[in-house]
Amino acid sequence: MIQALFNIIIFPGLLFLFVLALAAEFVDRKLSARLQNRMGPPWFQPLADFIKLLGKENILPCDADVHIFKFMPVLALTASATSFLYIPLWQSKALNSFNGDVIVVLYLLTIPTLTYFLGGWYSRSVYSMIGAVRSLTQLFAYEVPLFMSILASALLANSWNLSEIALFYSQHPGYWLFNFIGFSIALISLLGKLEKTPFDIPEAETEIVAGSFTEYSGKLLAFFRLSIDVEMVVGSSLLAAVFFPFGLGLTPVLGFILYLVKVTFIVCLISFLRTVLARLRLDQMITLCWKYFAPLAFLQVIINLILKGVFLK
Amino acid sequence: MIRPGRMFKQLVSSFFKKPATLNYPAERSGMPEGFRGKLKFTPDKCIGCLMCMRDCPTGAIKIKKIAEKQFECEIDLGKCIYCAQCVDSCPKKALEITQEFELAKLDRKKLTVVFNAENKGEAR
Amino acid sequence: MHNSQDVQVPFGPQHPALKEPESFLVTLRGEKITASSVKIGYNHRGIEKACEERTYIQDLYLIERICGICSHSHATAFSQAVEEIAGLEVPKRALYIRSLIGELERVHSHLLWLGVAGHEIGFDTLLMYTWRDREVVMDILSLLTGNRVNYGMNTIGGVRRDITPAQAKEVLKAVDTLEERTKYYIKIATQETTIIDRLSGVGVLSKKDAISLGAVGPTARASGVARDVRKDDPYAAYGELDFKVITTNTCDVYGRTVVRVLELMESYKMIRQILKDIPEGAITVRAPRKIPAGEAASRYEAPRGEDFHYVRSNGTEKPDRVKVRAPTLANVQAVSKMLEDRYLADMPIVIAAIDPCFSCTDRSIVIKNSGTRNSKTVPWEVLHVQSIEWYKEHKGIDFSALNKKYAKHFKI
Repeated sequence: MIQALFNIIIFPGLLFLFVLALAAEFVDRKLSARLQNRMGPPWFQPLADFIKLLGKENILPCDADVHIFKFMPVLALTASATSFLYIPLWQSKALNSFNGDVIVVLYLLTIPTLTYFLGGWYSRSVYSMIGAVRSLTQLFAYEVPLFMSILASALLANSWNLSEIALFYSQHPGYWLFNFIGFSIALISLLGKLEKTPFDIPEAETEIVAGSFTEYSGKLLAFFRLSIDVEMVVGSSLLAAVFFPFGLGLTPVLGFILYLVKVTFIVCLISFLRTVLARLRLDQMITLCWKYFAPLAFLQVIINLILKGVFLK
Repeated sequence: MIRPGRMFKQLVSSFFKKPATLNYPAERSGMPEGFRGKLKFTPDKCIGCLMCMRDCPTGAIKIKKIAEKQFECEIDLGKCIYCAQCVDSCPKKALEITQEFELAKLDRKKLTVVFNAENKGEAR
Repeated sequence: MHNSQDVQVPFGPQHPALKEPESFLVTLRGEKITASSVKIGYNHRGIEKACEERTYIQDLYLIERICGICSHSHATAFSQAVEEIAGLEVPKRALYIRSLIGELERVHSHLLWLGVAGHEIGFDTLLMYTWRDREVVMDILSLLTGNRVNYGMNTIGGVRRDITPAQAKEVLKAVDTLEERTKYYIKIATQETTIIDRLSGVGVLSKKDAISLGAVGPTARASGVARDVRKDDPYAAYGELDFKVITTNTCDVYGRTVVRVLELMESYKMIRQILKDIPEGAITVRAPRKIPAGEAASRYEAPRGEDFHYVRSNGTEKPDRVKVRAPTLANVQAVSKMLEDRYLADMPIVIAAIDPCFSCTDRSIVIKNSGTRNSKTVPWEVLHVQSIEWYKEHKGIDFSALNKKYAKHFKI
């Protein structure tokens, strides 16, 4: 019991996740600054920002629905933190697992986007409402390629259980290499989920101020920002578990380091992509997702079906 | 060739280079020669023609007669726009520009600096 | 036409995309803009009136502060007008130095614009790189003039500082660096997919509309209107310089980007030619403190377009009237046209594409007797006759003979 509580609250649960989230934000910011030939923030900057926001006054818009407005940041954080429990990190077994948890994780990761929508919509500000609608529209564009590419990997492993998927790939080394298209699609879709350039359309600063978060301030904004960071770590861990499932049988320390390397690699890729590309328009983004990414993800499904039919009989 | 990520090479090479920005105020780049910073007044050279006062666009400069052939100059750095027109107008070169540019003060009164025989450009 | 699906979005006066206060009210249906209106006038500073209270020398520094970016443009246009009234013959060397600073200013302004355009389409990397390279030209400007902005280079009758051979060498070195970097940006702007996707076909202003709405500068040139004061009405040293007027026919934001980056290359060519051909001699002529009565209009091709100054003097130390028309006033009319049937996402870049400078633009005008019954309409024929009489009386020039000779060309 105490062991389980320790696992959930401290390591590798909530506290560890928060530290990792702030570290991921630092890596993201520092790398993008260095790529832009700038210095970038010191290592404690994300933590300092978080503490600063916690100390600020909460301003509630008078037209907003107070309960939903206040509840949404907490829900966003809870949803993304919960999904972390089902992802195998450095062992082939996650903290908690059951058959079908890959679906649960994907849906838990959808909840933050819904909270951005609801939080923005009930702020009753024009910018928030446009941002809210945009994040929902975007959701319908990137969810399908993301789901398809992750499920393609699950299909090859013949399991809906993340831990079992990881176990399959460690028993059949080399098979994860076939999921390359799926990984690229999932990575780009993750950019949409995290609302980073080129898919930062819902919070495009020069168009709609801060989108859904325009009216948020103080602690509530701090939670929203933390939830985005947490989502970045959870998303990267999910991608690492599904697409880079190697070296899971190592000793705990080596496995832990390998896990950190994998997550950092994916965070760096996200950071690099957001630095090297310009923001797309909503219509362009939807065309891109439906016209190119969804068929490519489907191609990955077909490849995996053929692989399964031919080699894994 | 038209393709996304055209700046790829530049970004990667920047990653391995030193940042272009400076960690001010720990590091600082110098001002070029002839930079128009804080003014300097030499009381001995002044003849009290008041041309600087007449031409100053903001009325930042005040020349006061304190004794026979002795003048005191009071400059309001808050008003001064550092155009150095007074330097051009001065027939005896009593006014000069320096390269000093970090002139912010927490007290507005400290922005008014005085030049005379004893005081060399400090607040009174 | 309003219906319940329409949302009105205030875009300013305070908005992250806008660096100065101005208001664009757009009506949205979904993401599409169905109507837009432009409202300027949030930053009226009363500079024209303040000019009447100060001497010509003091005015120079005030005029220079109309715009932080095209400060040399305004100061040159003003001093040109005053010199014309006073009948001063500005030395050749001074004219060349004015052109040199003018071109350096254009380089800094266009590089700044490129970065801002990158920021508006969410490409902050381009912003960081162009602004880093802009520092090169800023350093050169501060070396030549003594400040990074508000150069204070002009005075009535010439320029205030000479250029030493050592400085000229520095300028040439900087121009080499900048040219190489600009070639890189031309490559990026014309070959990066995400930039092209966001810029081409956006904010279309046809040639006809550009002429009828009176667009100036790169905005007009990108619509195929070869309008450039440097060519049409050469001032300073431009009559002797060799350069092309860059135009494109794409009529969109992409065209405006291309015009600006190619103009940079022309500027480098001009800077090299100026430094090669610059004549020796004095840099200033003595200007009287009291400018004789008269009036003059002066035009200048600022980085954003044609800048127009009108000065009337009354024989004292202070001008009687100063009128400034900044280029943005001519271009801002076109914004509503460019926004027709576009998406909300295009709005920042369409506004940024005219390189707006709203604080420079804001003027106020009081029309006497407006709205009362005392107003009267003066027909063209009467005005024509009055103008001939006015010149005869005030200037001592008799146009009546000339007028009779060319009468058939006037549509009276």
